[in-house]
Order: sequence, then structure tokens, then C-alpha cells
Amino acid sequence: MGLPDIKTNLTDARLAAQPVPQSGAWLAAARDDALARLRAMGLPTKRDEYWKYTDPSTLTEAVAQSAGVFDAADEAPLYDGIDRLKLVFVDGVFDADASDDMALEGVAIERLADAGAADIHWAKDLYGVLEAKGQSPVERPLAALNSAMATDGVLIHVTGTPSKPICLIYRHADATSDATLHHVIKVDAGAEVTVLENGPAAARFNKCMEVDVADTGVFHHIRAQGRDHERRAVTHIFGRLGKESVFKSFTMTANGVLTRNEVVLELTGDDAQASVAGACMGDGAFHHDDTVFITHDAVNCESRQVFKKVLRNGAVGVFQGKILVQPDAQKTDGYQISQSLLLDDDSQFLAKPELEIYADDVACSHGSTSGAINEEALFYLRSRGVEKGTAEDLLVLSFLAEAIEEIESDEISEDILARLEAWLMRRRG
Amino acid sequence: MLEIKNLHVKLEDEDKQILKGVDLSLEAGKVHAIMGPNGSGKSTLSYVLSGKDGYEVTDGSAHLQGEDVLDMEPEERAAAGLFLAFQYPVEIPGVGNMTFLRTAVNAQRKARGEDELSAGDFLKVVREKAKTLKIDAEMLKRPVNVGFSGGEKKRNEILQMAMLEPKMCILDETDSGLDVDAMKLVSEGVNALRDAGRTFLVITHYQRLLDHIKPDVVHIMANGRIVKTGGPELALEVEQNGYADILAEEVA
Repeated sequence: MGLPDIKTNLTDARLAAQPVPQSGAWLAAARDDALARLRAMGLPTKRDEYWKYTDPSTLTEAVAQSAGVFDAADEAPLYDGIDRLKLVFVDGVFDADASDDMALEGVAIERLADAGAADIHWAKDLYGVLEAKGQSPVERPLAALNSAMATDGVLIHVTGTPSKPICLIYRHADATSDATLHHVIKVDAGAEVTVLENGPAAARFNKCMEVDVADTGVFHHIRAQGRDHERRAVTHIFGRLGKESVFKSFTMTANGVLTRNEVVLELTGDDAQASVAGACMGDGAFHHDDTVFITHDAVNCESRQVFKKVLRNGAVGVFQGKILVQPDAQKTDGYQISQSLLLDDDSQFLAKPELEIYADDVACSHGSTSGAINEEALFYLRSRGVEKGTAEDLLVLSFLAEAIEEIESDEISEDILARLEAWLMRRRG
Repeated sequence: MLEIKNLHVKLEDEDKQILKGVDLSLEAGKVHAIMGPNGSGKSTLSYVLSGKDGYEVTDGSAHLQGEDVLDMEPEERAAAGLFLAFQYPVEIPGVGNMTFLRTAVNAQRKARGEDELSAGDFLKVVREKAKTLKIDAEMLKRPVNVGFSGGEKKRNEILQMAMLEPKMCILDETDSGLDVDAMKLVSEGVNALRDAGRTFLVITHYQRLLDHIKPDVVHIMANGRIVKTGGPELALEVEQNGYADILAEEVA
């Protein structure tokens, strides 16, 4: 069974537009493998089941569409009040001058471009490896494309508990930039790290993050996408969780003509905990897709998927979420909720929640709703003197609260909340 | 304080007349009670006065200190001094009780052209008032009404009333779902707010509440109208004999 011509041509055209980056032995081999995976799958088209609700054409076409450079001068950078180690990428290229010194106790940070030149490296066992594993049972060709073509990124080896979060800051300077970044994070047994991400990355952004959390390791990830409305982004997180480990990832998205965030986790050790959450707000030409696939492969693990979307003026939200419980994964506790708040009749929420369970002693629940502002609650607030617009904003924040509560750090969740409030205020004018 | 004249109200979506000419004159400093059988229009009256959607005023008027309230948005009515203590207070997850109270207090102050309360001043006032209603710091921190017991919800309504200091307070079946102790606590909260410049309209099914909140005037409402008005003794009469006698009198 050969690949349809349309896919072969699409993939060839995309690869021809950009040379495969040169690197040392281990990375070159990983890139070759990824390229072979990509060629076997071909890039996705709208006819693929997994892309039914999101048209991938602007993500796969040979040359990226340009996007206006966004200036967020009206607000302070996110996480500004938080002591953090800053690593800056401009249009997908590491900017050493703008970044902090990478030395930090409990963690070893290297640039992919440097580490890739070595003959051998710890990242060899992870780079493209978790991604390759995540290609089954559902293909994710844009992630294979990333592993093959990523020009930069960071490799973070967490051996202890660093004193502050590591913050990946993205800057967009060139209206036609097409950035591909690949990060690998290895959290050792008993180690703990928080990784933050924010900022507009490029006109088109393909980012992949592979995270291996060893037994009893803890990984927190808080990401903010947005305000750079014209960008197109596809991101993948591939995570592997060891025994009694914790993996928590939260994403806030405001604006963006196209965003597809995939998270693929495998709980391989008993008693592991995973949480993937997102709060997004879209207005007008906004398309946001959260695609999550969590595989339970061990006993007594807990996973949570909490996604909330506020949509107006024709914005589109997509959620494809799956919990797969393997036969031996007894005592699994799986929770999945995806909800949208539709602020008008033009907006759309498309949800495909899935459970596939092969073990017989599990508790899994899932729910998906879409609805308007609760009129009873709106009247209650207004009857106390709260002006209608403010009351609606409060109810929007109330709606998003469950997702924001997934963030462990109060300091960070307050910062995120303030951004959401500011976004609402701007919309109200 | 509040003058209601010949108020006729129907449901917006169906052709069903609920209030059929209500006349009420509520003077400043007085406590009026409205009693009446189920479906007589008591709750509708409270909703129409506070501006809830879904009702259509077909005739009549309601003026709060000379201002036509029926023409105002709900938040404008609140700023003008009207307050409704809900029969079923609404749960609002994710919004802290304290945030909600402060937003409401400051919104009203702003609407009246007053300065907003500072966080410190607000905290001082709210703690003091919460204490008399036995509302602890934990309850103030929790999301609005989420996981509150029936009694806690009603106490929270009275706390809002105490913070907003309205001139015209409407209590819609505030006694429903309350045990004896909670009713006492809530009533004490209400009584503490009785003032020469403040008027109460207490809607209830039972005389019991009126033992604690002593009314100056009692009205009986039936079939969308006030059918009888009297002193506190009227409530006792209802308690003993039910509404049948009064309604029969009305028909005759």
C-alpha cells in the first residue's frame, strides 16, 4: 500500500524547501530515522481523520505564510515577577546575548545545536525516540518533520531541584520566519523542575518537546501562547512517566489564527500522576485545537485532562482527547473534561472525547459541554450592582477557573489569571 | 420609599398574566411582609422589581424614591438602593466570595460617584460584618456559594446586604431551608440593619420568620393581587386558619 501521490508530493515539496541541518553522529542518525518515518507517513491533509476539524494545509505547505510581528509593549512580560532562568529564541534561533547563563545547580542545560555536534550524548536515548513511540496508534507526521528538521532547541537534564524555573522565551522578529524547535527534558529520579514558555515564536512555528520523567521525578510546565494573532503553530509534547512521577502541563492561549497543541503521554510506572490542562480565549479568526492522547500502562495511575475554551465572533475550538487504558493498568483513575463557553451563535466547538479501556478495575470519566453564559448567574451578579460587561468577564473567569486550578504554583496561576483579565478588558475596550 | 401602582406583569414567552394589579406603598423605615399561597405571584414581584429577564410589565409602575425602577438595568437598580436576597442564591465557581463582594461594593460606589474602597478598608468592614453573621474567613475565601449549606447561602445573602447597605431590601423566602438556629442568626442580621432610612419587604410562607423579624405591615397576596392588608395580627390569623378564610372573604 503506497502513500497517495498527494501526500508524497506535499512531503517532497516541504522537505525541498528547507535543507536537513548538519550535525554529529547521534543526531544525524536520529534525523535520518525521523525522515524515514515522515516519508512513510507523509504530511497530513484535511482528509485525514485526525485532522478532520483542523485544516493542516498552512502547516504543511512548503513556504510559511507571513505573519505581522506583534508588539506586546502594553503589558509587562509574563512571569516577570518570578525569578527564572531565561533562554531566549528569536525566530527559532537561540540568542545567547539575550539569555541568562545556562549554569544552574541541579540542572545541565545545553543548546541542541551544540550538543548535536558531539559524537555521543544522553539525549540520544530520547531525541526522536519518544516522538517515534508516540506515532502509534495515531500518526503525527508534523512531529516527525520536527525531529528531522529542528535547527535549535535545548536539552535539559534535571539531576536535582533547581532553585528557579527555566523559562523559554520566544521572540518573533521576522514576518516570514518559519521556526522549528525541538527540546528534550530528562528529569532524573527524585528530581524536580518547572519549565515555563511564553512569547510569539515565529510566523510559523513547529515545536516538539520530549519529556522523560524518571521514577518519583516531578515536571511542571506552564506555557502561554498568544496575542500574536497571525501566527500558525503546531506543537507536540511527548511525555513518559516513571513510577510515582508527576507530570503537569498547563497552556494558556489567547488569539492565533491556527494553533494545534498535541500532548501524548504514556504512564509507564505505577502510581504516576499526569495532568494536562488548557484555557484558551479566541475572538474572530481563531482556530485552536487541543489533541491529547494519554496511555495508561501501569497500575494505580491518575490522569486528568481539563480544557476550557471561550469563543466569540466566529472563533473555533477543537478538542480531541483520548484515554487509553491497557489491560494491566488496573486501578486507573482517568478524568477528562472539555468545555466551551460560546459567547455568540457564530462560534463553534468541536469535541471528540474518547475512552478505550482494556482493564476491568478502573474509574474513568469524561464530559464535554458547550454553552452560553449562565443567565441566572449573570442576573445574580448584576442584581448586586456589577455592571453587565464586568459580570460577564467574571463569569468567563469562573468558567476557566477549573483549568487554571491545575497549575500548582499560586504565583504563576495569579500571573496567568491577570493576563486573562487583561485580555478580557481589552476586548471590552 | 417604594411605590408600586397597579402593576401588571406577564411572562415574556407565554401568554400568562401573573401580577394583575399590585398596589403597595412601602414607607421608609418600615418592614412590610407579604404572605400568600404558592403561585400567588410573590417571587415574581421580587424578580420584576430587581429586573430579571423573562417578564413583561404590561401596565402600572414602580418608583423607588421617585425614580422609575422598571426602566433601569438590574445594576442600576442596585446602585439606586434596591437589593434582593435570593430564595436560591446562585453558585459561582472560580470567583472568590471576597472578590465578588468587593467588585459589587466598588461597582455601586462607582455608579454613585463615590471613591472605591481600598483593599484594607474593605477587608476591615467585611470581617467585622461577617463575624456577626458567623461567617468565617474560610467561607469568605471560598467561591461564591459553592458547597455552602442552605444556611450558609442565606447568611451570605445577608452579608451582601450588610456590605451594600441598600435602602430597599427585598427578602424572598429567606427562611426557606433554614433550621431554627440559622433562622435566628439570619433574622438578627436583618434586624441589625433596620433603620429609619431603610425599608424591608419580607416575602414568606410562614409566620415563623415574622416572630424574629417583626413586621409593621402584613399583606396577603393571592392570584396576582394584594387582597388584604393589616398589622402583625394578620400573619397570626394566616398561621392559625390558613388562607382559605381570607380568600373566601375576597371572593365574597
